[in-house]
Amino acid sequence: MTSSTAPRAFPPDPAVAGPTRQGSGPGGRGPRGGSTTPTPTPTARTGETGRIRRQLPSSPWLFVAPGLLVVGTFSLYPFLTTLYHSFTSKQALRPGSYVGLANYRELLHDDMFWIALRNSTLYMVGVVPALVLLPLLLALLVERQLPGMTFFRSAFYTPVVASVVVVGLIWVWMLDDRGLINSLLETVGIGKIGFLSDQWLLLLSAMAVTVWKGLGYYMVIYLAALANVPRELHEAAAVDGAGAIRRFVTVTVPAVRTTMVLVGALSSVFAFKVFSEVYLIAGPGGGPAGEDTTLVMLIQRVGGGLTGRVGYASAISVVVFVVTVALMLLVLRFDRKEDA
Amino acid sequence: MSFPRITDADGRRVPPAQLFLRYGLLLLALAVLVGPFLWQLSTSLKGPHEDIYSSPPSFFPSEPTLHNYTRVADTIPVWEYAFNSIKVASANVITNCVGAALAGYALARLRYRGKRAATLAFILAMLVPVETIFIAQFITMRQLGLNNTLVGVLLPASIGAMNVLLMRNAFMNLPNEVEEAAFVDGANVWQRFLRISLPAVKGTVAVVAIFSFMGAWDDFLWPLIVLSDPENFTLTIGLNYLHGTFSNDSRLVAAGTMIAVLPLIALFACLQRYFFRGVGEGAVKG
Repeated sequence: MTSSTAPRAFPPDPAVAGPTRQGSGPGGRGPRGGSTTPTPTPTARTGETGRIRRQLPSSPWLFVAPGLLVVGTFSLYPFLTTLYHSFTSKQALRPGSYVGLANYRELLHDDMFWIALRNSTLYMVGVVPALVLLPLLLALLVERQLPGMTFFRSAFYTPVVASVVVVGLIWVWMLDDRGLINSLLETVGIGKIGFLSDQWLLLLSAMAVTVWKGLGYYMVIYLAALANVPRELHEAAAVDGAGAIRRFVTVTVPAVRTTMVLVGALSSVFAFKVFSEVYLIAGPGGGPAGEDTTLVMLIQRVGGGLTGRVGYASAISVVVFVVTVALMLLVLRFDRKEDA
Repeated sequence: MSFPRITDADGRRVPPAQLFLRYGLLLLALAVLVGPFLWQLSTSLKGPHEDIYSSPPSFFPSEPTLHNYTRVADTIPVWEYAFNSIKVASANVITNCVGAALAGYALARLRYRGKRAATLAFILAMLVPVETIFIAQFITMRQLGLNNTLVGVLLPASIGAMNVLLMRNAFMNLPNEVEEAAFVDGANVWQRFLRISLPAVKGTVAVVAIFSFMGAWDDFLWPLIVLSDPENFTLTIGLNYLHGTFSNDSRLVAAGTMIAVLPLIALFACLQRYFFRGVGEGAVKG
């Protein structure tokens, strides 16, 4: 009899259970009070507590549920199935069977995998130093509040705003045999350079595009960091006779070192997973004889379509994931060591 | 010495030599970062009889025309693609702002069993690289019967884990007292969320909105995987298709890219105040 009232009076009222972390509320609050005293129907109430009670569907889970649903269905679940598929021979339309480490063993003997791994690694090695240093210089240029700086800041951000497809197409046009850069080179008498036909130049061009597109983004991160560098440090150094370069090395760099590590981590993770720039500049096939394929391009090519080898592509995905996490851990570790 | 006296925000005079160097470098960076867009714009305006491959290159079109823009529309249904992109991007803004604000609020301000687990789920989701799971996402999407639809393009990024955590941080930085006072006055959780906390984190909502719009408008890999039927293409995929089919006519491709990028640049130019305000606020602190 008494328990039959429980479900009605019990809906844990988060409005009450909510931010009263510090406690100190009146003693007889909340669901407990409701269950012990034989309260009449809660809907009939109109007092102050009634206002709280009226909107019952206010469980915190209602707030979190949509987010959890999306993230669970489209990130966590696919991640787990990717892990699982990497041990199977699953194909796009056919369920596979468990094959143990066969996919991973096959990777070791797959030339294309090694080419892709090499390219993704090279990409990272080439892009990261430029993306750590150049945006910092750019940020220093626009940092001081001088006339026109708002314009320059926004203008430098334009490549970030533009879609990677637009950026890719613009640069294909710029780097074309008959494009702007080659006709400038011809005008000054250097002659044409086959940016889009040579395997290595193609990769280098894609790197340049990635750097070009990323400058503004990292510039903003550096701007936030530079804002917190005390002006006095610069002034003290200037009084001591340190020039601009000296002050950059002794004052600015140490002050934004943590940010440099962050930028290094972010840009290396992004660079290792590069897809769009190379896909657009080298073409879906990955340049001459596929020599410019990157790991994510390989995943897309191997696992995509109706005949895709999902199991094998998943194994490559797991490799990319492991390297990505390892990179982040490495950088974080490096950061901590430096602090100690 | 009639050189104009130029001062920085602190009213300090900047030596002319330093000014020349600084603005010189700024203009150089401007040429490198914005120049390619202008070159593309100029190509898109060049007439059919102009030599677009001339050496030395000529920047200004000698017979400027908008003809290439109408030709793009004749070649691919570019306005429909743009409309598809607008639909996806707007929906993405709404789902992200609403979903991330709700979840962020619950993670920061409410107490319940399982809160830690929920927070952890979002952190883990943020760590999973999209590039490694898109094949599995594709299979999930096919099971849901949503492949080749705009809903399928939208869903995976509709509530970004990163945005949820951003909102959580914003809510956590609010002082507790105001909400407690409202609680004492009998405001329920929705009232406190909508009337008190949410208006206080408008800035973060704006950032989430800007990034959601750009993210959806610019996304390439996922729409490329999900969409197979040209009818449902978004602008990025349509452009890639235009390039593949008519790569020999640079004027046409240039006009297409301008259609894709100009609205976004305009949008950003309007919103850049809000965007850079965060940086400016940081500067005041320092």
